[in-house]
Amino acid sequence: MKLFELHLLHRKWGVHPIVRGNQKGHFQKWIMRDVVLEIKNLTRRFGAFTAVDALTLSVNAGEVFGLLGSNGAGKTTTIKMLTTLLPPTSGEARVSGFSITNQPVGVRRAIGYVPQAVSVDGSLTGYENLLIFAKLYDLPRREQQARIAEALEFMNLTADAGRMVGEYSGGMVRRLEIAQSTLHHPKVLFLDEPTVGLDPIARDAVWKHLVDLRTNYGTTLFFTTHYLEEAESHCDRMAIMHKGKIAALGTCKELEASLGSGHTLNDVFVHYAGNALNSSDSFHDVAAVRATAQRLG
Amino acid sequence: MTVTFIHPLTGFIEKTFVITEFELRKLRHDFTELITRALQPALWLLIFGQVFARSGAMHTGNIPYLDFIAPGILAQSVLFVAIFYGINVIWERDLGIVQKFLASPTPRTALVLGKGLSAGIRSLSQTVIVYGLSLLLGVKLNWSPLALLNVLIIVVLAATLFGTFSLIIACIVKTRERFMGVGQVLTMPLFFASNAIYPTDIMPGWLKTISHLNPLTYVVDALRTFMLAGSTSTFGLGLDYAVILVTTIILVLVGARLYPRLAT
Repeated sequence: MKLFELHLLHRKWGVHPIVRGNQKGHFQKWIMRDVVLEIKNLTRRFGAFTAVDALTLSVNAGEVFGLLGSNGAGKTTTIKMLTTLLPPTSGEARVSGFSITNQPVGVRRAIGYVPQAVSVDGSLTGYENLLIFAKLYDLPRREQQARIAEALEFMNLTADAGRMVGEYSGGMVRRLEIAQSTLHHPKVLFLDEPTVGLDPIARDAVWKHLVDLRTNYGTTLFFTTHYLEEAESHCDRMAIMHKGKIAALGTCKELEASLGSGHTLNDVFVHYAGNALNSSDSFHDVAAVRATAQRLG
Repeated sequence: MTVTFIHPLTGFIEKTFVITEFELRKLRHDFTELITRALQPALWLLIFGQVFARSGAMHTGNIPYLDFIAPGILAQSVLFVAIFYGINVIWERDLGIVQKFLASPTPRTALVLGKGLSAGIRSLSQTVIVYGLSLLLGVKLNWSPLALLNVLIIVVLAATLFGTFSLIIACIVKTRERFMGVGQVLTMPLFFASNAIYPTDIMPGWLKTISHLNPLTYVVDALRTFMLAGSTSTFGLGLDYAVILVTTIILVLVGARLYPRLAT
């Protein structure tokens, strides 16, 4: 098996095939370089409550990785730690080789982040929302306009660049947020519930653009979602989180097969997360999700 | 991913102005706020000022009362513009804007100072309004370019100071409801425990002590010195500037430490 094929296998299935002979050294080096996100025993406590409990996980470059779980499972807390917004209580993670605790600025340069709530400014135009981030991410002045034009074109927003974002539809807002978070061509794009509150057509459009990002720029996508069908259609691998721990990890097929034949992802979710999706929503969670949905809708 | 090497200080200054620039772009899209803000200084000068000037109750030495309070009302308008700045920050937190800025490599001090400075530039419109009203009321203004420049600098610094103070409160209370309560509770004492509408000489001892710890007192003193023709500083302009600058720097540093709390 050639090195390239091994790489494809590795990238597609996240498995580390057995390599023999003199290929081994090369391949291990490749893999080591290829891991873009490495999480070890990452833990976050809020008082007596452990939101994320000794999470260990690695994600490869160019992978689309989904984090699934009920509200309160620890998904958002995990993303907040990985994006340096929340310091971990213990444990460590490296994003693109930078430590989230000791090299937060390196991490911030390497990532893009689309929070669940609306993160573009409605009182500025689409173009201005991109310009501010082009400047904050130190894109060279002569490249700024070209990058903005490219991002607008890529997200199909060129015609609306001069309009106030307050007048955008929900799907356009999300696409603008993704454009804003990827202007600097990040290695990893973190998305917290990227399609919450969007209608099915807008959701498809957002996913089409996300998949294109990975294809064209090799961007690694790390996202949380409530929609199992989205995870099934788009993830290379996924993890199901339950009470701060990873209850299951693998490709969709692997997870379904782990329960025996004839099981759906929904069965897998119920099996590992102990309940159906959304059953543990608190008032605060529901209010937050609905507020986002309302703003986007 | 493009990374360019930028000296930390240059980067800090550049990012501060980027934040300020975009706050001002928002204002350009919708400037109704500037017009509605003109009402408050007009009420204080035209009604409160005129009535108290007629009553002769305030002894302001050789300066007429209306002249005395014009700089005080400018300082008050700046305080009011700046102190509710924290509300915007909480609004941006309830959306996801604060989180997105904090996940970018922008220095925290630049995020905080940039916001404060934009409060400062917003407050410049208040200066135009108070100068216009003062002309109307016959206040003897000092039109020397140097004095005018100093007034502008003091206004921007004062708004940065109180805007950052407001941001710190926002970082602590985190919700709009609590902020409105706390904002109200802090603004009035800051205003009344200062030399804005009466001289500190007529205050009881304890209030006088508080007023000397209040940065607004030094803002008013500096504004009064530069705005009015033939006015001298009570505390000395050096002390005025020192208090305003040092307080601003401390507040920006504290704000930068607390700002990330909004994302948690």
